[in-house]
Amino acid sequence: MSIVTNGRTYLENELNEVLKKNNKLFIPYIMAGDGGLDQLIPTLTFLQEAGASAIELGIPFSDPVADGKTIQKAGIRALQHGVTLKGIVELLKQERHKIHIPIIFMTYINPIFHYGVTSFVRDIKEAGVDGIIIPDLPFEEQHLIKDELKEADIALIQLVSLTSVSERQQKIAEHSEGFLYAVTVNGTTGVRNDFSDVLHDYLRNLKQFSKVPVVAGFGISSPEQVQTVSQLCDGVIVGSKIIELLQNNDDESIKQLIEAAYRF
Amino acid sequence: MIYELPNTNGYFGRYGGKFVPETLMGAIKELEAAYDEAIQDQHFQNRLQSLLKDYVGRENPLYFAQNLTEKLGGPNIYLKREDLNHTGAHKINNTIGQALLAERMGKKKIVAETGAGQHGVATATVCALLNLDCVIFMGAEDIKRQKLNVFRMELLGAKVVSVDQGSATLKDAVNEALRYWVAHIEDTHYIIGSVLGPHPFPKIVRDFQSVIGIETKKQLFEKEGKLPDAIVACVGGGSNAMGMFYPFIENESVKLFGAEAAGRGIHTDKHAATMTKGSAGILHGSMMYLLQDEHGQIQEAHSVSAGLDYPGVGPEHSFLHDSKRVTYEAITDEEALDAFQLLSRTEGIIPALESSHAVALAMKLAKTMSKEETIVICLSGRGDKDVEQVKDKLNE
Repeated sequence: MSIVTNGRTYLENELNEVLKKNNKLFIPYIMAGDGGLDQLIPTLTFLQEAGASAIELGIPFSDPVADGKTIQKAGIRALQHGVTLKGIVELLKQERHKIHIPIIFMTYINPIFHYGVTSFVRDIKEAGVDGIIIPDLPFEEQHLIKDELKEADIALIQLVSLTSVSERQQKIAEHSEGFLYAVTVNGTTGVRNDFSDVLHDYLRNLKQFSKVPVVAGFGISSPEQVQTVSQLCDGVIVGSKIIELLQNNDDESIKQLIEAAYRF
Repeated sequence: MIYELPNTNGYFGRYGGKFVPETLMGAIKELEAAYDEAIQDQHFQNRLQSLLKDYVGRENPLYFAQNLTEKLGGPNIYLKREDLNHTGAHKINNTIGQALLAERMGKKKIVAETGAGQHGVATATVCALLNLDCVIFMGAEDIKRQKLNVFRMELLGAKVVSVDQGSATLKDAVNEALRYWVAHIEDTHYIIGSVLGPHPFPKIVRDFQSVIGIETKKQLFEKEGKLPDAIVACVGGGSNAMGMFYPFIENESVKLFGAEAAGRGIHTDKHAATMTKGSAGILHGSMMYLLQDEHGQIQEAHSVSAGLDYPGVGPEHSFLHDSKRVTYEAITDEEALDAFQLLSRTEGIIPALESSHAVALAMKLAKTMSKEETIVICLSGRGDKDVEQVKDKLNE
């Protein structure tokens, strides 16, 4: 087993490698422990082989206010399987070496706070987590964890939204690490048919502000949307649709979604 | 003691803050600015005062409960009669203020959550008055238990949306109201029902509710020429308590007591005793005391009183608990039911089950106080809504 130093630098290098080959980034979101924790490594392996650029790994939480019904239900299924943050971290400590693409945690702040910020950061570093997205920790509240993450070289990925005013978009973009998560709709995660007309300008502005890749997420569900949206930035995150397809064992459709990011 | 909280970042000590998705940050800042402007604006203040007087029916009485006082043989007991407000509880003090704010911000649509339906009714009422669209999220379980309040809200023109996610109760209704707000942020204001949520909500709700404490202070001075020795209020999220306590915080001689719900007992898993049994955590936009498991998953709360059935407690209460300025005691369902009956019999006043927790705690405190002392109970709401449930409980 080769020694890989996971973390922010690794995440940024890996994403840049994909972009250098003129591909767009495709980051699937899955709920850790949906279907039981023993499903996690096989699912990660499948997504890696299907061409995912990185994985956004959702940590189940009882009150996920940023998520729509699909992800809420996946979280409840995971909790019903007895999945815990500690369990996920322990599993990754053992098995992380089987997956070479970057892994990003997406977790609400309370499970981290309850775990203890210092122990959490130490443990996820050991588990080979490269970055973290915390949807209910806006810029103003990041003092809770920022320094610990920096010390551990784990990327704190910023979320920016259509409602963020321009100066704020710029400030958030400049501070993002790993990539910038551009929320494409006013709303929660979940399948949508239409995107706002202003998406084009929004993503173009973010591209100008950001030193790291700009990745769009929320509501993206078809290969066509993957193509359209990723043309406007550096790639996409697909969550609810991936969860649905995994539930239906529809591997083929997942591959098609991922390949849509490769047709450039 | 000078008390000036929250600080500019929305913190009461370590509690509070703005833990919300980025999409909401713009609206929260807009609200903060609008509120700071509004409270300086004489026109806004006049409008608010006039509605509180002529529509809500303020000021409501501070009533000397002579029979209860004699029965308990201790301090003079006064009841602050929030139950006499229009819609039957203190909730409307806040909904009127926030609806006027929404109007001022040019937002024509209102979203709110409700547990038993009291805040939902108070919100639907002011929306009818000010011609605002109104959507109320309510847990599917609560809808079943409170059919009459659902009808009441619909009668007032509100749309009531059933929430079947999670435990399908108040906590989940707040989640869903927050999600709805994110998706309709451009034209919608969220009227949160208690001193909860991201800054500036806990401050705004406290300020609008503090009319309770301001009136109490003035009224007791007129009657007794002094400050009360103790004040008791029930605490779920904690809005009536915060409104009552806030004007007295700097008066250190006044002992402040919050009654939280012990449900079937704090040694069971059926309670809502967030101060007694909870720990600090982050939910619904702020850091506060929470009922949570060892992994930081939020637990369900239980109380005979739907208004106290919430697994968190406002950030300012969390701070006042740590700083020991307020003493929080847990009152069981049984104690509250006893107080419910006692007040009904002795004074001819049927209190809400929520307020019955405050009455029960006051009864305990009365035993430790002298006849020269005075205690004020915040009677936050009337009990008509609860009589059917109490009847069933007493027949159990």
